[in-house]
Amino acid sequence: MAARDIHGVEAPWEEFRIVGKSHRKIDGVSKATGEAVYADDILLPGMLHAKTLRSPHAHARILSIDTSRALALPGVHAVITGADLSIQYGVIPWTPDETALATEKVRFIGDEVAAVAAVDEDTANAALELIDVEYEELHAFLDPRESLERDAPQIHASRKENNVSKHVELDFGDVDGAQESADLVVEGSYRFHGSTHAAIEPHCAVARVAADGVLTLWSSTQISHYVHRALARVLEWEPQRIRVIQPCLGGAFGGKSDPFSLEFCVAKLAQLTGRPVKMLWTREEVFYAHRGRHPMELDYTTSATKDGKITSVDARILIDGGSYSSFGLVTTYYSGQLLSGPYDFPAYRFDSTRVFTNKPPCGPKRGHGSVQPRFAFECQLDEVAEQLGLDPIEIRRKNFHGEHTKTVNGQRITSSGFMECLDKVERGSDWTERRGKLPRGRGLGVAGSMYISGTNYPIYPNEMPQAGIQLKVDRSGLVTVFSGANDIGQGSSSVVRYIVAEELGMDHEDVRVIAADSDLCPVDLGAYSSRVTFMVGNATIDAARKLRAKIVTAVAEKWEVEERRVRLIEGRAIDLEDPEQVLTTREAFELAEARFDTLGSTGSYNTPTLGGDYRGGSIGASPAYSFTAHVVEVDVDEETGRITVPKVWCAHDCGRALNPRLVAGQIEGSVYMGIAEALLEEHKVNRFGLHSGPSLLDYRLPTAIDTPDIETFIVESIDPEGPYGAKEAGEGPLHSAIPALANAIHDAVGIRLRELPFTPAKVLAALREKREREREAGGGAATAMESQGGLG
Amino acid sequence: MRVLTLDVNGDQQETAAPDHWTLLEVLRYRLGLTGSKQGCDKGDCGACTVLVDGKPVLSCLTLSAEAQGCSVQTIEGLRPAHLKRSEALEGTATGGIDPVQDAFDRCGALQCGFCQPGMMLSARALLDRTPNPSREEIQKALSGNLCRCTGYTQIIEAVETAVAESFGADAPRPSWVEDREHLREETL
Repeated sequence: MAARDIHGVEAPWEEFRIVGKSHRKIDGVSKATGEAVYADDILLPGMLHAKTLRSPHAHARILSIDTSRALALPGVHAVITGADLSIQYGVIPWTPDETALATEKVRFIGDEVAAVAAVDEDTANAALELIDVEYEELHAFLDPRESLERDAPQIHASRKENNVSKHVELDFGDVDGAQESADLVVEGSYRFHGSTHAAIEPHCAVARVAADGVLTLWSSTQISHYVHRALARVLEWEPQRIRVIQPCLGGAFGGKSDPFSLEFCVAKLAQLTGRPVKMLWTREEVFYAHRGRHPMELDYTTSATKDGKITSVDARILIDGGSYSSFGLVTTYYSGQLLSGPYDFPAYRFDSTRVFTNKPPCGPKRGHGSVQPRFAFECQLDEVAEQLGLDPIEIRRKNFHGEHTKTVNGQRITSSGFMECLDKVERGSDWTERRGKLPRGRGLGVAGSMYISGTNYPIYPNEMPQAGIQLKVDRSGLVTVFSGANDIGQGSSSVVRYIVAEELGMDHEDVRVIAADSDLCPVDLGAYSSRVTFMVGNATIDAARKLRAKIVTAVAEKWEVEERRVRLIEGRAIDLEDPEQVLTTREAFELAEARFDTLGSTGSYNTPTLGGDYRGGSIGASPAYSFTAHVVEVDVDEETGRITVPKVWCAHDCGRALNPRLVAGQIEGSVYMGIAEALLEEHKVNRFGLHSGPSLLDYRLPTAIDTPDIETFIVESIDPEGPYGAKEAGEGPLHSAIPALANAIHDAVGIRLRELPFTPAKVLAALREKREREREAGGGAATAMESQGGLG
Repeated sequence: MRVLTLDVNGDQQETAAPDHWTLLEVLRYRLGLTGSKQGCDKGDCGACTVLVDGKPVLSCLTLSAEAQGCSVQTIEGLRPAHLKRSEALEGTATGGIDPVQDAFDRCGALQCGFCQPGMMLSARALLDRTPNPSREEIQKALSGNLCRCTGYTQIIEAVETAVAESFGADAPRPSWVEDREHLREETL
């Protein structure tokens, strides 16, 4: 039985003692002291260093590779090419179109071609220069429109005779009828640019094949389990001979959620050389590995009644996928499927096409697939409100779909604190008093959004749990938790600790967590789709309650009382009716071990059956959805076109906040990342497919000075499905930051920016266009004013 | 190859490394002090920040030979937080723990933690020369250290907390704490 069937949302007894409080993280001290071990901190005796040779061409056929000169260089131990690792893989099992090293073709500048293991990095780099590759250049697709229209040359021969990666067309309700009968129809075209994760830790992997023939891979991954599966497939090894360990991880945001070339290369090189092998990518290589936000061209049409009720939404989306599929199948669905809340509209249609281009592959970045459509739609909703003379917050309230309902595309909604989110940001920003009344150049904008807490689509179809937890109880008083989850800094191991301590009435520091080691831990599918706290949390409650039952039984038998009288609390077992009867947790563990033998338990979680009854209906179907509202305050300098964001108010409904400080950290990190990609960041290539600035200087990340002041509000709509009622907090709060910013710009200076990022040049162009429009509309008088600087 | 004598965290250490190796490489791969991180290879991210004669320096842009004759402090040289309960240190200036490290831990500043050794050393250098900095001074002092997780909010809060507590004042209360006042949010 899965956890959701046996536990409610309340505390194990009376009130929460650990959950809901801002305890320190399990790994806080080790991170504060520099003790925490990240992948590149692993130094093994005899370890070799590996480097990758990458394609200088955006699209080319490999005619020949000659590695003999490299192999002859003293200090070089092995050189591998696509011929050594020719089996295709992909994180989505239906689209395995990647190889660790290129076999016949290279598909973007930076595509991996060969790898060298040598005594040190300098020697490995020198050997790369000695690998001779002969290429035949092919036409490079750099514009997704061209990929849509032109079938040859094909970027992937495995596709259906064109360069389309995935096409999804779904419609619900009568969109055409709704548009015809609507009082207002607003159309608009939007463009969302590419951005990348830029986690501060570059990708790194270390492999060792021990004397017993077991391969151990340490990798900076957020999906150990899929890496494990991919390694077994590509290396053609039995999976039980492979151990995958995720050490401490230095940030991911979706950028470490594919199996990457370096993981296969170090494994193969370790196998060939009999030595441990490490590969650490340079920052430039990380930019090329990418898997970041998909650029999208989005056409939206929204119809509404005159009192502001949305009657239909119609979307057509072109998605630039870059050179490989990655999660693209899911991205294409998410671009439509996740827009159907927090608003209720009776008719919805989307037509999304993802195409291949010869650019670094796109993938999932925080808010996978749904940040771009959310931007377009929330901007359009603002226009609807404007044209109908409605307050932008009011129109969002008016269209709220409510709680415990179903969306137009068949997604089940449980709890929703969206209305409370709107209230909080409205009050926090003093919206009613300030909006529209700020000095020229300053404005406020609002937007709302919804996101999944995991999905019931498990990537590869199987009936097994999506999350598993194992507990081991030691007579010393320690509980060790084996968690498959990838703690990528979000605190999943901390959450596991808090839950076990809560359920067993222990000091949380007496719970240790071993995570993401495939030899030790049960499977969890990984840190993506905001699934970890929700699913692993539920699995942890499940395991802890099974164990608690045993301990309670043993204590009750000892005291010869009914089990309902025994409580585990604050490091003790107590008798509710006899205050004289008390045992320490350790003594209770000893009794239970004597009574039941060696103590342990397992717990698991699987989603209920969810989703619409149509092809793809389960993609984006989540057991619970989080909700967010943002108000952004903006300052637009009309002379320079520069936008600054002095303040953001963000309210996020995360269900129960298991640790409010960690929730606040997720919200603030999301807000920062959203504003950053809207104003500063752009991941793009030039006309040859060369990255425009693959460094942390050229790719402009905000510093502590650039980041807005963020006022965070935590809204807790206790969800019946979540662990103690919790939902996600790590991705949802990014979405509406961007459209709220765009809407604030309109409030400030009256321009609608529909193309990201919002650079000074775009602001100035829009302001110029607006003045011209006004001049045309206003005739001679306006022109005279303008010439005198009257509008300046 | 060059023989190097370095003063790191108060220890005189002798090692040898290729001439072109940076201080970061020597710290990480020769001395085993892996607390200093490499994020960008070229001075853009600040993860490799160490203190050289008390000043924050990018160790990935500093040749190891240049650090000879200087006093180098890495994150391992800050007083480790796990000594906080040690009686031997009770009553000493910091109670056995660098208040910056402790505040970073308590305030949620350590998400992935990768940029934080550098960040904490920048903060330490700031507080050594400006014990009561303004928010702007904190932002400026940390602006050479990129963080991708926190949006800097809880980092700034951590530094302000360390500062406030050093003067016996109350730590700042972020908006979400005020908003949850009815829940009696505890400061842990």
